[in-house]
Amino acid sequence: MSFLNKLLDGHEGGLKHEGMTPMQKIAMRFVVIGLLYYGLAALEGMIMRMYEIKPLPFIDESHFFSIMTVHPMVGIFGSSYMIVFGAFLFLTPFLMKKPIYSIKMANQSWMFIGGGTLIMWLAGFLFSYAPLYTLYWPLPADTEQFTAIGGIVYIVGVVGIMIGTFLYTYNVFKTIVYTPPGWEKQPAGELLKSALGITGLMNFFRKKDTEHLVPLPIAAIARGTIDVGLNAIVISTAGVLILIYLVANGLFSADMQGTWVDALLYKNIFWWGLDLVADGLVLVFVAGTWYLLAMMISGKDLYMQNVARAALFLEMVVSWTVWSHHLMSDQGQSNTLKVLSGEVVTAFELVTQGIAVFIVLTTLYKAKPIKMTNELKFLLGGILGFMLAVPAGIIQADLGMNRVLHNTQWIIGNHVHVAILVGLTMTLYSAIYVLFPILTNGVKLYSQKLANAHFWLHLVGGIGMGAFMGMAGIDGMLRRTIYYNGEYNTYMILAGLCGAMMLLAFVLFLYNIIMSIGLKGLLGIYQPSPMDTHECIAEAKDK
Amino acid sequence: MADSVDVLSTLKLVYTIYALAVISLIAWYAYRITQQGEVKPAKKAIFWTYVTVLITMGTGLHFLTFNLVPWVPMDLDRANIKSEKTFKITYKDHVITLDEKPMRVPCNKYVIFDAYSEDLTYGFGIFRQDHSLVTQMQVVPGNGNDLMWKFGKNGTYYIRSTEYSGPKGAQMIVQDAVIVSGCQEDDTKSMKKGI
Repeated sequence: MSFLNKLLDGHEGGLKHEGMTPMQKIAMRFVVIGLLYYGLAALEGMIMRMYEIKPLPFIDESHFFSIMTVHPMVGIFGSSYMIVFGAFLFLTPFLMKKPIYSIKMANQSWMFIGGGTLIMWLAGFLFSYAPLYTLYWPLPADTEQFTAIGGIVYIVGVVGIMIGTFLYTYNVFKTIVYTPPGWEKQPAGELLKSALGITGLMNFFRKKDTEHLVPLPIAAIARGTIDVGLNAIVISTAGVLILIYLVANGLFSADMQGTWVDALLYKNIFWWGLDLVADGLVLVFVAGTWYLLAMMISGKDLYMQNVARAALFLEMVVSWTVWSHHLMSDQGQSNTLKVLSGEVVTAFELVTQGIAVFIVLTTLYKAKPIKMTNELKFLLGGILGFMLAVPAGIIQADLGMNRVLHNTQWIIGNHVHVAILVGLTMTLYSAIYVLFPILTNGVKLYSQKLANAHFWLHLVGGIGMGAFMGMAGIDGMLRRTIYYNGEYNTYMILAGLCGAMMLLAFVLFLYNIIMSIGLKGLLGIYQPSPMDTHECIAEAKDK
Repeated sequence: MADSVDVLSTLKLVYTIYALAVISLIAWYAYRITQQGEVKPAKKAIFWTYVTVLITMGTGLHFLTFNLVPWVPMDLDRANIKSEKTFKITYKDHVITLDEKPMRVPCNKYVIFDAYSEDLTYGFGIFRQDHSLVTQMQVVPGNGNDLMWKFGKNGTYYIRSTEYSGPKGAQMIVQDAVIVSGCQEDDTKSMKKGI
């Protein structure tokens, strides 16, 4: 078979999209777009890595910072949200053994998030809008440095992402609690209590345990989705505020003062919301995904399942109360908040994530010997990523250390990039490798050698990049800054090489996936499925 | 008295050892899990001991730094400590203006850097000549931003905004902004002739 034929038709016949169910197609739509946005974020990351070695002549400072502004948004919302939402919109009905509440809403979700990310990205590309994702007040409403139209386009894009996020949130909860037409009435209230962990909590005070109505991964999905929804409310509110200022001052030359909004209060509220993503849903979703993967890979029940449920609930509560670790260098922030929220509560992220690591590793170990499959090796890579990144975060959430680490490359290297690129992304790759045959009706992977190369390049590149950025941070290199005199070039060249390894890893992965399913199959994912989900569920039940 | 060089060197060493240890642990686990062998039931006592260790490590770090890092108790109690001198610093239109330049700091005396922003959120960072960070704080508009510090070594330091305030704020640097004198020891990473 020629290369061209394989590219078009895929490996051993590739993906036959005509046989895919609507849910398979929706999940694949999310994942494909999520992977493309990952590629964009990786490319942007590589441009910034090169710029930190030597500023590139064709990119001016303003545009460099606009890349820095959209890079995390594309990575988190365009890529991670899309892949996670796609997987969970598939898994929620799959594990609840009933059809999804609304296929139309699921389709609207990926369209809004994907479209919103593109619009938001265009605000950076076309208008060099660059207040960074932190949006510290009143910078995003600064019409002297940025054009109002750039800011408005950015906010419109973010609003699109948030609408898609709300739709996802509603769809997930509705799928858990609703009664499909013609089915026996489902106990909606009890299902919701079980999903949120209230049943588990009450069990601590009852003599006889009440049975959990939802499986553990659904509990993780539900609890993380609460944080997703709350975060969307906060970001949307900030977006509306910024929009009002941009329209009034930028388009109508009004004189709304930035001082009308207290910058420190805004920062508190904004970080409270943003931390629901960084410290809430990431850790909750990741732990839930680990549990599911561990059970699927090992074929065993989860070790200490009740503790795992309790830890997920604890993590959700922790995620609502940790925001102050982002304000430890803000002298106006109260010491009580810095110590209690910033230090003490944050320390419990080490505990909850540590419990998840222990439970997953023990569950897998009970099933030894296990074949080192792609999903297992990526899962172990993901666990390693969080074992490196979470303690780094605990260290910087300390009054003594934060004074000398805040806003340095340590934060963004050892903590953020290792957590996201090694911890989260490798977990997602593990989930993709597990779901790949399920979503594609058994398509065979084109090349195991490419999968191995992808694993090693990504793992070594991710840890290496984070480590060299972190070392530069310890030596004083700030994030969100350009160094023109090569002050940190040794570290930056090494970090750049590691970044290039990760970009190459992604190219190999994408090539492997495309050659496996074929371009025809890939495009077919976006055509309507001839099947009806309700019939698929009925068939599965009959079997 | 420990300074940021001591604290950060320790961090680099400890974290590197930790990172190598967990990488080795996962590599060993990955090998073991593929091997034949008896699997004993996991004891719950091991799990709860592990959880206790996590809680101890997570919270213990803060007790450790409170007792070993000199600026932690000073920062928490700065309202009750009398300072020798207060330096006023103003941020506006991406320019840092010092009421007194250079800010001459007596050795081993408490001083306060009192920064005020008239427009955006900035940062106030003191750096050595080798670009390592001595200390920093955020400068939030409309709010008090007071950083108490005590220097134990002679040296000449520059200040730089440590927070992003738009493309115009990327190079907000004031050279030779802080000069410390009167100490018995020099800060070897921040000595500058002719100042």
